[in-house]
Amino acid sequence: MILFKFPSFKNIGGAAAILLLSLTTSCNDNPKNKDESGLTTVKNDTGLSLPEGFSGSIFADSLGAARHLAVTNSGNVFVKLGSLKDDKGIIRLSDKNKDGKADEQSGFANYGGTGIAIKDNKLYASSNTSVFRYDLDQEDMPVNMEKPDTIVYGLIDRRQHNSKSITLDNGGNIYVNIGAYSNACQEEDRTKGSPGRRPCPILDSAGGIWRFKAEKLKQTYDGNSRYATGLRNVVGLDWNAKNNQLFVMQHGRDQLHSLYPDLYNEQQSAELPAETMYALNEGDDAGWPYVYYDQNKNKKILNPEYGGDGEKTGAPEALDPVVAFPGHMAPNALLFYTGDMFPARYKNGAFIAFHGSWNRAPEPQEGYYVVFVPFENGKPSGDWEVFADGFAGAETIESPGDAKHRPTGLAQGPDGALYISDDAGGTIYKITY
Amino acid sequence: MKKIISFCLFLCFIGLWTACKNSSEEQKEEKSVEIEKPAEENQAGKMDTEIKYAEGKAVYQQYCVTCHQSTGSGVPNLNPPLKQTEYVLGDKETLIGIILNGSSEGLEINGKVYSNNMPPFDYLKDQEIADVLSYIRNNFGNEADAVTVSEVEKIRGNQ
Ligand code: HEC
Repeated sequence: MILFKFPSFKNIGGAAAILLLSLTTSCNDNPKNKDESGLTTVKNDTGLSLPEGFSGSIFADSLGAARHLAVTNSGNVFVKLGSLKDDKGIIRLSDKNKDGKADEQSGFANYGGTGIAIKDNKLYASSNTSVFRYDLDQEDMPVNMEKPDTIVYGLIDRRQHNSKSITLDNGGNIYVNIGAYSNACQEEDRTKGSPGRRPCPILDSAGGIWRFKAEKLKQTYDGNSRYATGLRNVVGLDWNAKNNQLFVMQHGRDQLHSLYPDLYNEQQSAELPAETMYALNEGDDAGWPYVYYDQNKNKKILNPEYGGDGEKTGAPEALDPVVAFPGHMAPNALLFYTGDMFPARYKNGAFIAFHGSWNRAPEPQEGYYVVFVPFENGKPSGDWEVFADGFAGAETIESPGDAKHRPTGLAQGPDGALYISDDAGGTIYKITY
Repeated sequence: MKKIISFCLFLCFIGLWTACKNSSEEQKEEKSVEIEKPAEENQAGKMDTEIKYAEGKAVYQQYCVTCHQSTGSGVPNLNPPLKQTEYVLGDKETLIGIILNGSSEGLEINGKVYSNNMPPFDYLKDQEIADVLSYIRNNFGNEADAVTVSEVEKIRGNQ
């Protein structure tokens, strides 16, 4: 390609020199790392690029499908595994000599899942149907390792979007995501020509956030535990203590081009719809499956399954996002940073772990990094920026299977360090400043 | 003066010569690009079956590529690979059935299960299904005999 742009080279040597030059420049000018976000590859053993002044270590690796993670007040780390590894579903890690690497590892729990959280010396963890609770002793060891309390049971699991992410507020409530087992509530899921159902029956038991009491045992759907609806699939969610409000990250719908080739080309389908951040209040409806959010038009667009044509807007009463990201990057974790270790501009801002896309094929994939959104007075105060990059281990990712690591979970340590989990390579990264 | 003019002419000549040389080089490069295309077509055209696979690729790119990816590697935990699986390489009746009816069972594929749904593709023509299945059975490192239109026809008829 480059050769064709400069057809006047008189000899191959010159052409080769220029080719080499332009190749080197294009390597150096990786826009994601430098020009746009100011990231540099700092000296660390993680292989990640981070902003100036930050460093990182590999806290643990080869854990398996490390989904979400949580850190106790004394710095012990609990990691929820998506599927059992050596018959264990939760891994406990501690760093006795404080060198940034775990030196003790043990495991328990006989179920896979995604959600994990710690509140008031209690550890909460979810399978794809239930939420369990463990009491932690003075050493942060779960005392009822074999017999956790069942807080919530019987949540719907129809394989698709089945991870039950959790977070707790400061008023004794636990919030659980129940993802919709569908792309856009078609009569036949992901099938060309199949119409969308209105009202969408899935919303009774999924496609939203459910709220339960953290103290109460054996809760399930009871007709009024649904906190917010119209959310296709939320994997990343966090309680924002500053606003006293729940924030969630939604995975937007897939396959606009393959289902509606006349309305969307491959490029549009790769970029649309937005991955969205919502600030929720009880009773909110974010509009799925009737609308999606178009980050270029800044509008809620009627889904084609419901008569949309890519232009028509819909669901005017539905919630608007507070931040809209490019499509399909798969936000799998959200964390409001409350620590003092990082520079002041990070305080109360949001970190988001993007697992990385697959639905952009045949276009190149996007995501596979952790971003930061600065917040002031409880609202985003600037554009999002890439904070940690290089997880995938390749510049361009054609297919998610090529990515060595995929950011999935985020947690903050008592010292303000940021922990990132990866469910492809099973690595836990610790980022410090 | 003469000297200056002839020097100018000389310069012009050099200029023209370089321009010509450049344009002929451009042409050469354009040509070499052009040459590559028919070469590819010729290669593909050698065997009938390969043309069918190429048509199968078009169907694949339109209907399957987002989920199963360009290399047939699938998406970890979501969509299974189409590389060396018993469904791709095995019994054609089952394979054709999966394409016609889709699958939301959670099949075990090389020891793993995947959480997404495979939609039915019964609206594809028999020819398109035969093409795409012959394509996946002979790419991504797979090798198996092609699926014929009459095989698809028969299975569709039995349903
Ligand atoms: C929406 C995503 C999606 C699309 C589009 C899709 N598939 Fe699938 N496919 C799946 C999933 C998910 C499964 C596994 C289903 C299950 O576990 O029940 C699957 C299973 C299969 C299988 C059997 C399992 C294996 O891996 O060998 C074959 C063969 C297959 N698909 C071929 C195709 C072909 C050919 C197309 C295009 C005509 C296609 N698929 C389109 C998601 C998809």
